[in-house]
Amino acid sequence: MAKKGDLGRIWDYTVNTQVWRSIMRHGYPSTPRNRALAILSNLVLHLHPIRMRKSGLRVRYTWCMGGITFFLFLELTITGLLLMFYYRPTAEYAYNDIVFLRSDVPLGIMRELHRWGAHAMVISVWLHMMRVFLTGAYKPPREFNWGVGVVLLVLTLLLSFTGYLLPWDQLAMWAVTVGTNMARATPFVGHEGPGASAIVLPTEGGAISVIHQASDVRFGLLGGRFVGAPTILRFYVLHCVGFPLIVAFLVALHFWRVRKDGGISGPL
Amino acid sequence: MEAAKEFLNNLFNPIVYTVLGVALFVVMLLTYRVWTRPKFALALLGLGVGAFLVSLPDPNFRAIVTKPDNVPIVALIFILGFFLWWSLRQAAINDERLEQGLPPREAEEANDRILVWPDLVYEELICMVILSVVLIVWSIYLKAPLEEPANPGKTPNPSKAPWYFLGLQEMLVYFDPWIAGVVLPGMIISGLILVPYCDKNPRGMGYYTLKERPFAVGTFLFGFCVLWVMLIIMGTFLRGPNWNFFGPYEPWDSHKLESLSNVNLSEYFWVHGLKRRMPEEWFMRELPGIFLVSVYLFAGPALLLLAPPVRRMYQEIGFLRYGLVMVHLLPMAAMVIKMILRWTINLKYVIFIPEYFFNI
Repeated sequence: MAKKGDLGRIWDYTVNTQVWRSIMRHGYPSTPRNRALAILSNLVLHLHPIRMRKSGLRVRYTWCMGGITFFLFLELTITGLLLMFYYRPTAEYAYNDIVFLRSDVPLGIMRELHRWGAHAMVISVWLHMMRVFLTGAYKPPREFNWGVGVVLLVLTLLLSFTGYLLPWDQLAMWAVTVGTNMARATPFVGHEGPGASAIVLPTEGGAISVIHQASDVRFGLLGGRFVGAPTILRFYVLHCVGFPLIVAFLVALHFWRVRKDGGISGPL
Repeated sequence: MEAAKEFLNNLFNPIVYTVLGVALFVVMLLTYRVWTRPKFALALLGLGVGAFLVSLPDPNFRAIVTKPDNVPIVALIFILGFFLWWSLRQAAINDERLEQGLPPREAEEANDRILVWPDLVYEELICMVILSVVLIVWSIYLKAPLEEPANPGKTPNPSKAPWYFLGLQEMLVYFDPWIAGVVLPGMIISGLILVPYCDKNPRGMGYYTLKERPFAVGTFLFGFCVLWVMLIIMGTFLRGPNWNFFGPYEPWDSHKLESLSNVNLSEYFWVHGLKRRMPEEWFMRELPGIFLVSVYLFAGPALLLLAPPVRRMYQEIGFLRYGLVMVHLLPMAAMVIKMILRWTINLKYVIFIPEYFFNI
C-alpha cells in the first residue's frame, strides 16, 4: 500500500470524527458489505434493492424512462415551488406576475424550466408506458402496478392541464376553455350530455331540470359558467397541492410495488 | 421546389394523411426485421432530418415548427421514431434468436445478480446530469411564450386544446363531445388498465418481441402511434383557422372555405334511398342507424370469431375477457371507420337523436 499523503490523513481523520460517524454508518462503498449498507442506510437510495438483475440495468431495456419521469417530477416540484414565490392566482395579478417573472427576476429561467420540463414529462411518461408494454412488463405479477402507472399517466396530464391555465394569457384561457367544454357533454351530469334532460325534480307546477348550466359537472370544475377568476384559484390549488399530493403517494406505491413484485421485470 | 411544395400541399388532406399513416404503420410492423437494420434505419433518419431541413426555409413551415410550444412536439416525432426503432430492433434480434431455439438476449443476463451500488446509482446520476444540462440549455435558448392577457371577448382562431389532447379534439370533428371528450378518454383509461387482465399470453415477459405477441404489440402501437401521436401531430401542425386542414407549406388563411354538407344516415336511408319523408317519431327515423350500430357492437364480436386467429384468442382468454377486449377494440376501430365515412360519403351521424343529445 502506498504511503498516505496529507489529504489521505485528513480524510481518515474526518471519517472518524463523531459527527461524520453519526451521519454515515458505514465506510466508503468499495466493498460488497459497504455497498449493501450504502443502499440500506440511505433514505433515498433505499428505494432500490441491494441487488438486481443485470438485464434490468441495461439502458437499452429500460430506456431509463421511469427514472427520467421521476426526475422531471422532482424538477417540476422544485421549480414550481420557486415560481409560487412570485405568482398570485387571481385574475387581477396572475398575468402581471408572469410578466414580472419574465422581465424583472434575475437569472429567470424557472418558468422555462417548469414549462419545458412539463412538456418533457408528458412525453417521458408516454415513452415509459410504451417501454413497459413492449417488454410485457405488465404481465403477472405486475398487473396492479401497471394500473397504478396508468393512473399516474392520467394525473400527469391533469397536472399539465391545470398548470396550462395559470399564466392567464390567451393561450391558457382558450386551451382550457376548449378542454373543459367537453365536460358539458358528460352523460347525465353535463347539461348538454345525453340523459341529462331526463334528470328532473317532479313538482306540482311541472318538472324542474336538475342538471343545467349552473349546476353541472363543468360548473363544478370551473367554479362558474366560464373560465374565470374562480377557475384560476381552483386550478391553482389542484395544480400545486391536490394533484402533487396524490401523485407523490402513488409514486411511492408504484416504486414500492416494483420492489414487491420482484424488481425490474426480466425473462423468467 | 415551389412546385414540389404546391404538390405536397394539395396532396395532403386528412384522408391522405391518415391512410398514408396507417399504411406506413402496417408496413413498418410487417418489415420490422428489414428497416431496423442499423444502416437502413440511419438512412431513414437521414431522410427525416433532410426533409425537415429542406423544409425549414419555407416561411409557413418554419413559423409553425419553431413556435416555442411546438418544439417539443417536433422533438416528439424524432424521439418516438428513435424509440420505435430501438424497441423493434431488439424485437427483431430476439425473434431471430427465438427461431434458432436460443433464449432472448435479456435472458442471458437475467440471472446475473449485480449490486445496485455502484452500477445503477451511477447510471441514474449520469442520466440526471445529462437531463439537467439539456433542460437548462433548452430553457436558456428558448423563452417560454406568453401571449396577450386572457380576454373572454376575443376567441382566437383556431382555439386549440393543450397539445396532448389534440387527438381528442380531432375526434370532435367526427363525434359529439360526449363521445370524443368523455367516452373515448374513459375507454382509453379503462382499456389500458384492463390490458394485463385480458392478455393471457404467457410469452414475451421481460424482453422485446413482436413475433410472440403480434396482436398485443400491434394494437398498442396502433393506438399510441397512429390514433394518439399522429392525430396530435395533425392537430398541431396541419389544423389551422376554423379547424381547417392546411398542408405543411400552406399559409394559414382564415378565409379558406371548405364545403360542409354532411348528411345523417337517416336522411340517406329515408330520403335518398326510399325517396320518402322521414318518419316523425325518432325511433322509427333512426331505426337504420340503431340497427347498424347494434349489429356492429353485438354481432361484430360473434362474426369476428369466424376468423381462425380470433377463435384461437377466444379459446385462450374465454368469454368475459374476449368481451372486454371487444368492448374496447370496436370503438377504437369505429374511430377510423367514422373518419373514413365522413370523408368518403360525408356521413354526419349514424344515429341522430337531438331530442336526447344522443348522436353517434
